[in-house]
Amino acid sequence: MANLIDYIVPIAILFFHSILVLLAVLLMAYFGIYGERKIWAAVQLRRGPNVVGPFGLLQSAADLIKLLFKEIIIPQEANKAIFILAPIITCFVALSAWAVIPFSEGWVVSDLNVGILYIIAISSLGVYGIIMGGWASNSKYPFMGAMRSAAQMVSYEISIGLVIITVLLCVGSLNLTNIVMAQRNIWFVFPLFPMFIIFFISALAETNRPPFDLPEAEAELVAGYQTEYSSSLFMLYFLGELAATFLMCAMITILFLGGWLPPFNIVPFTLIPGAVWFMLKVATIFFLFGMVKAIVPRYRYDQLMRLGWKVFLPISLFWVVLTASFLFIFNLMP
Amino acid sequence: MIKDKNKKFRINFGPQHPAAHGVLRLVLDLDGEVVERVEPHIGLLHRGTEKLIENKTYLQALPYFDRLDYVAPMNQEHAFSLATERLLGIQVPIRAQHIRVLFSEIGRILSHMINVPAQALDVGALTPSLWGWEEREKLMVFYERACGSRLHAAYFRTGGVHQDLEDQLLEDIYKFCDPFLKVVNDLESLLTDSRIFKQRNVDIGVVKKQDVLDWGLTGVMARGSGFEWDLRRAQPYETYEDYDFLIPVGKNGDNYDRYLIRIEECRQSASIIKQAIEKMEKGPIICEDKKIAPPKRSEMKRSMEALIHHFKLYTEGYDVGPGDIYAAVEAPKGEFGVYLVSDGSNKPYRCKIRAPGFAHLQSLDYLSKGYLLPDLSAILGSLDLVFGEVDR
Repeated sequence: MANLIDYIVPIAILFFHSILVLLAVLLMAYFGIYGERKIWAAVQLRRGPNVVGPFGLLQSAADLIKLLFKEIIIPQEANKAIFILAPIITCFVALSAWAVIPFSEGWVVSDLNVGILYIIAISSLGVYGIIMGGWASNSKYPFMGAMRSAAQMVSYEISIGLVIITVLLCVGSLNLTNIVMAQRNIWFVFPLFPMFIIFFISALAETNRPPFDLPEAEAELVAGYQTEYSSSLFMLYFLGELAATFLMCAMITILFLGGWLPPFNIVPFTLIPGAVWFMLKVATIFFLFGMVKAIVPRYRYDQLMRLGWKVFLPISLFWVVLTASFLFIFNLMP
Repeated sequence: MIKDKNKKFRINFGPQHPAAHGVLRLVLDLDGEVVERVEPHIGLLHRGTEKLIENKTYLQALPYFDRLDYVAPMNQEHAFSLATERLLGIQVPIRAQHIRVLFSEIGRILSHMINVPAQALDVGALTPSLWGWEEREKLMVFYERACGSRLHAAYFRTGGVHQDLEDQLLEDIYKFCDPFLKVVNDLESLLTDSRIFKQRNVDIGVVKKQDVLDWGLTGVMARGSGFEWDLRRAQPYETYEDYDFLIPVGKNGDNYDRYLIRIEECRQSASIIKQAIEKMEKGPIICEDKKIAPPKRSEMKRSMEALIHHFKLYTEGYDVGPGDIYAAVEAPKGEFGVYLVSDGSNKPYRCKIRAPGFAHLQSLDYLSKGYLLPDLSAILGSLDLVFGEVDR
């Protein structure tokens, strides 16, 4: 009996933690989309959502309700099972990556010793949802969107991987908590600034955000892989994409901006809890993501590939070598 | 089933495609993403304007021209009014001519302020459209204050313009110009030097000089390729001779040159608007011939003759002597011409409309062959199509 309790209690706690993290991510998505719309509106001299609730704060809830109660339309020619499964995979994968993200010291569902590998693995799976959705729709625009997305996400994962390797060289651990703690003295954004830029841009590409939103390029592919999707299935795609975007923001925060660490290790800053710092940093990066969308036009498919393979890959490879040799020569290897 | 290896990926682009600029339907043959053939299917907005006009008096025919290129309505009316005036052989009062120049240039800005952001939208930039349309909104208010309608003006009538402008309105239009130039600069700051915008537009959709002649391209499409051809300068109408303005001309004939020309034309138009307001003097706004121009309302209350004139004008219209005429104006999109054949009655025997967009659209297949699908929408954006005038 005691064994059984020993077995159940940790699982229950884990379950509880997971629910908490999920709630946090969903709340972030809720306010993220609202904030993003407000940012775009401000740039575009509009008001943005301001009707539903005070300052339009309930707009996302209204959208959620609308999307949930609409009829799910499945095209006749579509492969039904895969068509339904695809957005679920996207959303599931994007949310499950949050399991290893530390919100503050010890605030993590699973303090995996290979956390960063887990994230890379999981976010690589995200592309399956998109390919399956585009393919199962059995329609031409979604198909083209899916093809583009597959190529794009794979290419930019490579440069993301190399950037992460550079950071790992400086840390000497794959554990996300250790990565943050390694930045107690100086955030990696300062010594590794070029890598920060590359990671930021690659993160935009990885999450299909403008200027790399080719898979859903409105002017060319209508809505890309999600053209045939409606109601809650569409919402799952949307949510998955948003969760993935926030995941990338969190990754940037952890890898370069010192995670939950305050900017200065002195009294007024250290009084604020780490989770608040973490969220502030995530929100700042998300704000930058939003501004990018408001400002830039969209790349063309071949230009995007060229940027990924011919610019980012050599630069990040060079920096990996440079960082490694620097650490080796000056004997700073952790 | 044996698959044909040479079978192309055929895709239907529009009419519900977000980048189809209204009701264009393209059937595309793609090889991967490379466009091999573009087949425009037009006519979804066909209303039989030309045929309808044959059954309307000259006055009743005028409003149909608002509905052609509904982005810059008065420029179309202008061509029709010029044609009828030349057939009738009447002179337009000088104030009316200035007013026409003023509103033609407002129309040019209206059109370019929708096309430049639309071109940006076609390559994925969202913000310019909101900034540009804000200015359009202000200009449409001027339209409304001049003639009571934001879009379908029916303002340029045979012999002049319908109503006189208040001084306050002229002052407000004058005040609009300088802040507008600032908005143009803002738009440029988003697009002109943007690396991505350049990568998407430079050397895309190149129109060579010979192509301009072969395909009948006019307006910005011709000027982008190095032709200094602007009807305002080449065949001056109204008082354009007295105005001081530059005609921007491109070098490479690509999307980017056309974009730059449109931006510069906005600046030139703003300058012409200011000049027009400075030149404007008090005077009649429509010709004195009571067979053509309606009498004043107050006159009608007192004069029997005026009442008869009014009645005859609005029921029967006026007879135009037999003959035919082609009148063209430099509309924002290119040469907009009206060919009128009159058999001497009060209705046109035939009214052929030469819409620039129609000629531009026919070159789409030629221009976009071999480019990628995203380039196709960029080229489509830079052709400046409005389906009101293409389908007529």
